[in-house]
Formats: sequence, C-alpha cells, structure tokens
Amino acid sequence: MVKSKPSFFHFTSLAFQLALFDTRGLYRRSIIGPFWLTISMGVTAATLGFVFGTLFNAPMEILLPSITAGLIFWGFISNCINEGCSCFIQSEAIIKQLPIPYFVHLMRLCWRQLFILGHNFLVLPLVLFFFGKSLSLLSFLLIPALILVILCLSAVALVLAIVCARYRDLTQIVASIMQVSFYLTPIIWLPSMVPNRAGVNLLELNPFFHFLELLRAPLLGTIPGMTSWIIVILITLVCWGIAIFIFFRFRNRLAYWM
Amino acid sequence: MAYIKFNNASIDIPVFNANSRSLKNKIIRVASIGKLGNDTSGHIIVKALKNLNFELKNGDKLGLIGSNGAGKSTLLRAISGVYPPTKGKVMIQGNVASLIDISLGIDPEATGRENIFLRGALLGIMKEKMKEMIDEIIEFSDLNEFIDMPVRTYSSGMHLRLAFSVSTIINPEVLIMDEWLSVGDENFKNKADTRLSKLVKSTDILVIASHSSELIKKNCNRVIWLENGEIKMDGNPNEICSLYFQ
Repeated sequence: MVKSKPSFFHFTSLAFQLALFDTRGLYRRSIIGPFWLTISMGVTAATLGFVFGTLFNAPMEILLPSITAGLIFWGFISNCINEGCSCFIQSEAIIKQLPIPYFVHLMRLCWRQLFILGHNFLVLPLVLFFFGKSLSLLSFLLIPALILVILCLSAVALVLAIVCARYRDLTQIVASIMQVSFYLTPIIWLPSMVPNRAGVNLLELNPFFHFLELLRAPLLGTIPGMTSWIIVILITLVCWGIAIFIFFRFRNRLAYWM
Repeated sequence: MAYIKFNNASIDIPVFNANSRSLKNKIIRVASIGKLGNDTSGHIIVKALKNLNFELKNGDKLGLIGSNGAGKSTLLRAISGVYPPTKGKVMIQGNVASLIDISLGIDPEATGRENIFLRGALLGIMKEKMKEMIDEIIEFSDLNEFIDMPVRTYSSGMHLRLAFSVSTIINPEVLIMDEWLSVGDENFKNKADTRLSKLVKSTDILVIASHSSELIKKNCNRVIWLENGEIKMDGNPNEICSLYFQ
C-alpha cells in the first residue's frame, strides 16, 4: 500500500514515460520498428533530391543535404502542430477520469516527437557522408535552436489543443494549412532559386522558413541569420502570451468539451 | 485529513452536435448576426447537477443512489476533480483516487508488466516505488508467466485481474467507486473482495454510487439520493434505502 502525493516532478516524468510508451509502441511486432520512418524519410529525400535537382539543374551536393535536413525538421514541426490539434482529444479517457495536469499531455506530445526526430535524424549524417561531408562543430548550435523551436511549438500546440477540443473541424483546417506551407517553405527547393528580390522578401514573412533556418543551417555548416533568431524568439513570446491567456480562460471548461 | 465541501455547486454540461463543433459554422454565424433569424447552433446544455450543498468529513462513507441520469457519475467526476463546478464552489482536501474505470490507460499491445508501470504512473506511483511492489502485484494477479505477454492475448478475465491488481495498491484519502468491483473467477473474487474491503475501510472518505441496497447498507454510513441533479434526500442508509428500494 502506498500513500501517493504526486509532485510536479512526478508529472514531468509521467509525460516522459507515456511518450516512451508511445514510441515503444512503434517497435511492436516489427523488428526495425520506427526505423521504417527513417527509411521512408531517406527514400523520399533521395527521390525528391534527384527529381528537383534534375528539374532545376541544381547542384546535387547542396540540394540533397538541404532537402534531407528540411524534410526531417519539417516532419518534426508539422507533426507537433498537427498532433497538437488532437493532443487533448486523444487523451479524452484520461482527462475525464484523472485530474492530471494538462501540461502532461502536451509534454508527452513534445517528447514523442523528439524521439521520432531522433530516429529520422540518422539519415542526415549518411547523406552528408555520401557527398564526402560531415557534421561540423557548428552543429551544436542545433541544441539552442531546437530548445527555442520546441518552446514555440508547444505554445502553438497548446492553443490548438484547446481550440480543437471545442471546434473539431479546426484539425482539418490546420492540416490543410500545413500542407500548403510545405510548398511555400524552402524544403524541397532552395531559397537561392527564388528569382527576384520580392520573392525573397515574401519568404521572410513565412515563420516556418525561420524555424527551418534555425534548425537546418547549423547542420549544413552555416550560422542561422540573426533575423531568424529574433523572429522566432518574438513568435515564441507572442504564442506563449496567447497560450497562457487562452489556457487560464478555458481550462475549467476543457473537460466538458471532451 | 480529508474533507469535501460542495457549496451551491452546479454543473452544466454542454452537449455539442456536429454544427456547434464546427469553427466554420461559428464564423458564419458571427458574421451573419441578425441576418439569420433562427439559431442553428444546436447547443444544448444539460443541467447535470443543481445547487448541491453537502459536506464530507473523515470517516464519512457516502452511498449515492438515484435512477439512471440522476447525476451520480457527474457527481463522482466532480469529486475526483475532473469536472470543475460551473457555478458555486467545490472544495476537496486530500488525495483522491477513483476506481471507476480500472482499465484506463491499459495498452493492449504492451505486456502485462509494462502496463503495471504505465497504470501505476497514471495513478501517481513513481517507477522506483513500483519496482518494489511489482512482485506483489504480479503474485496477486495470478497471471504467472502471462505477465510478460502482450495484454491483447489475455482473456477478458485476465485483463480485469491485471487492472484490478494494479489499481488497488493505492491508499488514497478519498476513494471513489462506481458499484463494487467484482473480478475474475470464484477464487480470485474472494481475494479481490478482501482487498477491496480493506481499501474501503482504510480510506478516510468513501463515495460509492450503487444500485444495490445491500452494498450500501454494508459499506456506507450516509446516503445521498439524487434525482434530476438535485439532492432529494440525505441521511441514514437504512432509512433512505427503505424509501428508495421499495
């Protein structure tokens, strides 16, 4: 028999354990498990790199690593946002029975996506190796960049999780927006392919471009631009402002929306 | 020290249909305010609990009776802290555990052993603590070598035995139950009854919803009769049961 008084630390470790369970679930009944994701990521990147490299007549040793890194991090960003929509809906059974803090469900999502990112990431060194390159010391910049991006995405996911619990069709709307953003963001193309100045300026307005720039540039051997850092920090602050407001306004209603 | 107080607490539950679940329709409605006469929101509000006033102190074993839809489950959820009151105040002191759905959080693809940790974590038991208790849980569940097989291979009885064995290792100050849990074959049932009785006795406050007169007379020292979300009667089990179960 135990007397349990769950602490904040308990809940953070609960989120981690649940995410670990989700990830372990991908391994069941399949030996290579989530590495299927890795393989399909590698195949997609290679195919797209080949097709677009030929079409645009772009240098393969620049385009292919860029596409690979782009797809890996785009997968992370779009999964965080898309699954953010169903974050609370999926945990309906738990929410309606146990008074577990809502941040647990959000952290579970972030951890799970990080684990999947870890699997997919393995493709990148392979691609770089293929072109006789390797990850430079600059890659360590990925750590602060990733922390910042996760902070930002968790705020976005929190807002979406709350609003989607109430308005279920928003999930589809968000999915469509993410689909469109995929093409508007330089993932399968390079920013240098944009013909004129106006196009480049438009690109600067795309928040996903800045997320991707922060995550991708260090791995490809360049330092992300200062503008990208500032813009992502600003977006993060604004998103958390909105998220905190919405959360405290509606947290007492959330269980009733399930 | 456990203490529960409902002060004029009401709970309204919104029931949404496809229309009111849609953001698109909401936007169209807001944009066309006054132009469309009829309200197509389809937003129904069920007044599940109305102005409840009661207090539970250490040693109170409360039985909830009432017909289906009287608000028993909603009240149990309110006590477990899942449903915050829409109006009024609810005060809950002491940690609450609920045995309403003991299978919650059980992943059929994971093994019995993994599920013990998972379910335990949801109940607030840390991994280290769980490691000390796991042998006892496995022994109690009678699952033997099945404990390392995926739960999807279990029979429904085995599934429930696993869920019961983990869910009842807690020792909460407030215990919430929906009917008595009766699990497994004759042999296991006796064991389970003993453990459940012990749990019920050791908890400071018990709240159990039931349709069984004997169960309530045996375990409770107070009964609340709910009807249409209101307290119809509140008092001694023998008295109220004889009025309710005629």
